[in-house]
Amino acid sequence: MYNLIGAGLIVIGAGIGLGQIGGKAMEGIARQPEATGKIQTAMIIIAALLEGLAFGALFLGK
Amino acid sequence: MKVATQTFKFYSLVLMLFVSAFAMAENTTDPVENSGGQVDTKDKVDAYILHHIQDSHDFSLFSYTSDEGERKHFGFPLPIILWTSNGLTTFMSSEFHHNDDGHVVVEKNGLKFAKIHSKIYELDGAAASVAFDETHHATNAHKVLDLSITKSVVGVLIIGLLMLFWFTGLARQYKKRQVPTGFGRVLEPLVLYVRDEISRPNIGEKHYRKFTGYLLTVFFFIWFLNLAGLTPLGFNVTGQVAVTACLAIFTLIIYTVSGNKDYWMHMLWMPGVPVLIRPVLAIIELAGAFIIKPFSLLVRLFANISAGHIVVMSLIAIMFTLKESLGVVGATGLSLVLSFFITLIEVLVAFLQAYIFTMLSALFIGMAVAEHDHDHAHDEQGHEISDAEDVRGDFI
Repeated sequence: MYNLIGAGLIVIGAGIGLGQIGGKAMEGIARQPEATGKIQTAMIIIAALLEGLAFGALFLGK
Repeated sequence: MKVATQTFKFYSLVLMLFVSAFAMAENTTDPVENSGGQVDTKDKVDAYILHHIQDSHDFSLFSYTSDEGERKHFGFPLPIILWTSNGLTTFMSSEFHHNDDGHVVVEKNGLKFAKIHSKIYELDGAAASVAFDETHHATNAHKVLDLSITKSVVGVLIIGLLMLFWFTGLARQYKKRQVPTGFGRVLEPLVLYVRDEISRPNIGEKHYRKFTGYLLTVFFFIWFLNLAGLTPLGFNVTGQVAVTACLAIFTLIIYTVSGNKDYWMHMLWMPGVPVLIRPVLAIIELAGAFIIKPFSLLVRLFANISAGHIVVMSLIAIMFTLKESLGVVGATGLSLVLSFFITLIEVLVAFLQAYIFTMLSALFIGMAVAEHDHDHAHDEQGHEISDAEDVRGDFI
């Protein structure tokens, strides 16, 4: 029961984090369209790290 | 161009012959497992999906229940290779007759074997059938070392062979002329993409050539296996922990072995921070390098692909589970629309996961081989010292 709540909390946190990453990347691209490629790469790396965390939480909490 | 078409035809022909020569209808008459043979309740759907996510000992393409109530399986059996107490034992998986709950006992090499939930068990002593306790664990059987050519191994072998043909073909074309033809035209931009966008910027101009081979191999291996998982053949190779763990361990070994002096110093005795903090940082860095980095690599790939397969199969199962409330047409239409679009997303995910695995591998290798940055030089006591060039900048 508690592990499910914990997994849920982690997934909520990861969701907020992904939203932040996506939003900030959008802002960055809007400000500097010529840096789109670099911003996208960094965004994907951080999103992947965060996603790994969320999936790890899901599997541990299952 | 003509050569490429011919080779493609040749491969398809070989594949067709392979499938048709071994694919055969097999009947099982197991009344317990296959009562009705239909998967239409939520529990059965769950069981079916879990069974797909696991590795299996036979390559089954599809199965149905005939009018006589017989369960017919189409697919081909795969060899089972076991290391038992009596030594090496081999037989074909068809001897289990698609039974997966231990009711069919195969006698080979003086030992009895049963298959329970895709695991092969060896029966102890004189036991004639498997006995279960309340939690459905076998009480008179134990697992054996299983070296079988399972469905996932077949997937790995097929993709490995295809990659060998495609990429040696591509490499050979550069000897004759500078421009690749046929399927090489598809592969060349991807190879260049991995080299120029993943390997070179993350590892650095000086060392990237040494590691590009590994990165290319791992990228195409994961990508092709992910795509193979989306075909009706039903592979789930990159959704097996064993496969992704193995790939993550490759990356771990490569960045551990190729780490230079600076990498190890920054890991074990971080310069530029107070001495009391250095052991704490060393523990964190060691845990990061040997546990967290490979673990995150393996869990991400495994979880993404498994989750993708579960979602696609659950959406396909809507046509059975919602048949009563939405009607046959409604349920099938909803399932078709949803599973079509989620499959398109899965095609993207297949590429993205291969890209991320390769990208993070390149990043970790790049951290290990990074040359000492002269902007942050420090002396032996760990105090920051400024470079001659930095100081010169102050005077000009």
